[in-house]
Amino acid sequence: MNDMSGKPQYRVVGTRPVRPDGIDKVTGKAVFSADHFVAGMIYGAILRSPHAHARIRSIDVSKAAALPGVQAVVTGADFPTLQSLEVELGEGGGNIVDFSRNCMARDKVYYDGHAVAAVAATTLAIATEALELITVDYEVLPHVTDLAAAMAPDAPILHDKIRTKGLDTPSDKPTNITMRYVKQHGDAAAGLARAKVVARGSFSSAPVHQGYLEPQACTVSYNADGQVLIWASSQGAFMIRTVTAQILNIPIADIRVTPLEIGGGFGGKTVIYLEPVAVLLSKKSGRPVRLAMSRSDVFRATGPAPGTVCDVAIGADENGILTGAEVIFSGSAGAFPGSGTHPAAICSLACYKIPDYYIEGQDVVTNMACTAAYRSPGAPPIIFAVESVIDELANTLGIDPIDFRLRNAVQEGDPSPTGTPFGPIGLKEILEAAKVHQHWSEPLGPNQGRGIAAGYWPNFGGQSTAAVSLTDDGTVIVTTGSPDIGGSRASMAMMAAEVIGLPYENVRAIVADTSSIGYSMLTGGSRTTFATGKAVVEAAEKVVDEMRSRAAQIWGVDGSEVEWIDGEASCTAPGKEARLTIKQIAGKTGMSVKGPISAESTVNPPDPGPGIAVQIVDVEVDPDTGTVTVLRVTALQDVGRAIHPSYVEGQMQGGVVQGIGWALNEGYVFNAKGQLDNAGFLDYRIPVASDLPMISTVMIEVPWPSHPFGVKGVGEAPICPPMGAVANAVSAATGVRMRHLPMSPDRILSDIAAAQ
Amino acid sequence: MTSATYHAPASVAEAVGLLSANPAAKVIAGGTDLIVQTRSGRVKPSAYVDIKRIAGVSGIRAFEGGFAIGAATPCTALLEDAALCAAWPGVIEAANLIGSVQVRNRATMGGNLCNASPAADSVPALIAAGATCVVAGPGGERVVPVSAIPASPGRTSLAPGEFVVEIRLPAQPANASDAYLRAIPRTEMDIAVAGAGVALVMEGGVCKSARVSLGAVAPTVLLVEAAGAALVGTTLDDAALDAMGEAVRAACKPIDDKRGTASYRTHTAAVLARRAALIARDRAGAKA
Ligand SMILES: Cc1cc2nc3c(=O)[nH]c(=O)nc-3n(C[C@H](O)[C@H](O)[C@H](O)COP(=O)(O)OP(=O)(O)OC[C@H]3O[C@@H](n4cnc5c(N)ncnc54)[C@H](O)[C@@H]3O)c2cc1C
Repeated sequence: MNDMSGKPQYRVVGTRPVRPDGIDKVTGKAVFSADHFVAGMIYGAILRSPHAHARIRSIDVSKAAALPGVQAVVTGADFPTLQSLEVELGEGGGNIVDFSRNCMARDKVYYDGHAVAAVAATTLAIATEALELITVDYEVLPHVTDLAAAMAPDAPILHDKIRTKGLDTPSDKPTNITMRYVKQHGDAAAGLARAKVVARGSFSSAPVHQGYLEPQACTVSYNADGQVLIWASSQGAFMIRTVTAQILNIPIADIRVTPLEIGGGFGGKTVIYLEPVAVLLSKKSGRPVRLAMSRSDVFRATGPAPGTVCDVAIGADENGILTGAEVIFSGSAGAFPGSGTHPAAICSLACYKIPDYYIEGQDVVTNMACTAAYRSPGAPPIIFAVESVIDELANTLGIDPIDFRLRNAVQEGDPSPTGTPFGPIGLKEILEAAKVHQHWSEPLGPNQGRGIAAGYWPNFGGQSTAAVSLTDDGTVIVTTGSPDIGGSRASMAMMAAEVIGLPYENVRAIVADTSSIGYSMLTGGSRTTFATGKAVVEAAEKVVDEMRSRAAQIWGVDGSEVEWIDGEASCTAPGKEARLTIKQIAGKTGMSVKGPISAESTVNPPDPGPGIAVQIVDVEVDPDTGTVTVLRVTALQDVGRAIHPSYVEGQMQGGVVQGIGWALNEGYVFNAKGQLDNAGFLDYRIPVASDLPMISTVMIEVPWPSHPFGVKGVGEAPICPPMGAVANAVSAATGVRMRHLPMSPDRILSDIAAAQ
Repeated sequence: MTSATYHAPASVAEAVGLLSANPAAKVIAGGTDLIVQTRSGRVKPSAYVDIKRIAGVSGIRAFEGGFAIGAATPCTALLEDAALCAAWPGVIEAANLIGSVQVRNRATMGGNLCNASPAADSVPALIAAGATCVVAGPGGERVVPVSAIPASPGRTSLAPGEFVVEIRLPAQPANASDAYLRAIPRTEMDIAVAGAGVALVMEGGVCKSARVSLGAVAPTVLLVEAAGAALVGTTLDDAALDAMGEAVRAACKPIDDKRGTASYRTHTAAVLARRAALIARDRAGAKA
């Protein structure tokens, strides 16, 4: 199937059909979490702490419980006490004890918005009114929301038991610094000393939220025999099942989770908040319970990405070859440990060959909602700092920033961050494409600047199950357990159609509930098209094998004498040339005694291809108001193989959009009491459509060998470059290096004033 | 359980009666502030008095050479009146910066005014324009300057039972025009960090009268007379504009909050006033 250029020719892969969920979403028919309705259902509501840090002396729920219409009241006392257990969920993880306490506070609240009690009542209005009847006696404690302040020696301590892990000399002092991670190679100080030029800077970024449009919600029905039904949108129905079972000590097989359509996740729906609470409300009331968050609940209580501080020093010789680097950073984890320290460290310098480096990261708890994954969790703000310093080095040496990166870019065979050699990666190809892109040489006007930055994310493989079954009329069903957050049903159907030789329209892909298909890890780590896709391809191949053997039986020839060509069985036995279409085989199967054709495949690929992206951004800065207008963006990425190019472009553009928000205006603002002051989309400013130019995309396909079509995960890498690219552009436009995110108008003006 | 009554009176008198009878009743026009505030728990009206069904409270009519705009007229409807847009482009652009098209299809200038936010976008433009409004109440009707309505953030000077029936824009002489600019971190769906409305009357290239009004830099929208005075008698040369900027900065009494620092607001108010003055001058010139 190869043409002269060596690029495989596909019939379905690489085309742009309509997604199977498209019509429902456009017409408003799609059922998202809060739309799901169960007969007999009642409504839950959660009381949340107004304090950033407080001890709970007592909770009195008696008045709430007595309110007519109230069917159940739940507090932390209803949750089982758990043994410490670290769980890995596919895009980060954590301790089950912390997950449980994050769902419902026990002796302490750790942030404004922390759940302290829940009510279920016959109407939402009654449930909400009942919350006002609950009295919580708090002993308010000093709080700390600021990252730097949380690391200070006299900071208020969140958890008495935390001691910093990973110190050279262990300390027994209570601290908010939960761990220190060091990754080094050679002698960074010597590397920097060898340099002709060293650029350095101290950077910071505010915590930001994933900003998915659909607030978390679930409906739960606890049956008298202990079986539990859960309907919810998330990035992993199996994740909901596992974590709910562990928090409540329920056998996993007793929980069945049905995934609903998801209105965005971006990593934020890789953890749970509501389901265990709703299970307890349903158990106590004997009724199905729907529990849904408001927008302000989402901002106050669900995981933002960490705020960061980061010191970077990088050196280069007179030819612009990097000699050494030092990256020292900390991230605010929020209420419980885990701010993506490892991945941030791993990714920070991954794009460049640097002989001597030292990377040190710290994870710090603070009195804000526990952080959750957000596309490339941990890495983007650290990459912003590194790409800013790379930009400064190129400027100081008078080398074009693309040439500078090309001279130092990693390529196949170079050591990857884990030490093993990189497989086929396209960083150099992307940079070459950027260099010749017309955008790069377009003239700029006054007060305008252009920036470029690169970014890296390793991607994840992980466990997946897929089933492919043939129907009587020769159409095909593809079943996976991977929630579709970016068009993956289309991609799964396309890959199966390609393997089997059917038109896309003859293959339907669905996401099954957790009792209807084998285990899959959650949709995260940009793993689904890679790992679940691999399972789909393998299952489809088994179906093809079975169809070939059925044809052989029908023809009475040996299986080796049947080839599968363009979706048909072809008999190659001399003198017996014949063909059978899928429809014919399916029909004969259905009607004969041979039984149905269906296959399942399970995979756990350890070797995903990494995601690498480069973006060029033009901005104009109003020197009198500090307002930044993003004029133009070109996003380039090594995508391995674009199964459905539109959805790959969507990931790239979406990463740019979220990155522009992160760069310019998004950020948690806390008031003096440690309460989140901008818990809504009015003051938490994600970009609106009119803030953005059309974002051009350039997909570079350097196929990855361990996926049948060469797929590399594409969902996360595109949020790594934009903050650096925007900051480099703003710095070029103003002549002042911007080191702090968000670069809001007042920040830009004050940074310019400070530089003068 | 809390619940609220909804009324849709057909006359001004009926509305005044409903409002007088229940101090916890609230006028609802577009509801783009009120519904949001009710849902967040900030206000708890026990009754809504919808003024959109009252004849004459919606729509635009010519009045004494100027315009009378019904208090329940949605902002996008203002765009359809060509004479109004030609006479008071600054007021119209200010009203049509509010929210998004969807919001403006409901939002009114009356609601913008009576919500009494110091950052309300149409209010500086109205005050610069010298707009007045008709207030109906138990004692009958009175006409007051728009600037007299806001009392403090979220509070108006309206007495119990009173509401705004219409907003009046005066006749606009030839060679006169206005402009409004605001600073927001985004391009729409945002609240002004600073806003400036300027209305000018020019004669032979010289400014005959000028009114400068500022939003989001004090507890209420400000009319800065010294800023207007700095422009009168000048061609809006740099010296005059600098003097105006000085007067603007001197008048600002902003706060630091999540939307911007006090120093940023003060600085930006002057930048915007300067730019708005030049736009108003060019518009006035283009009419001549
Ligand atoms: C998404 C969004 C974006 C927004 N963006 C902006 C913006 O950019 N700029 C801006 O300035 N505002 C903005 N707003 C706020 C709001 O849209 C405006 O203030 C709008 O003009 C209010 O008009 P309304 O008719 O909807 O008022 P309502 O909500 O109906 O009323 C507002 C208040 O005024 C009172 N009221 C209304 N009419 C009268 C009357 N005739 N007499 C006496 N009292 C009255 C009501 O009782 C209430 O207290 C935004 C709101 C939203 C939801």
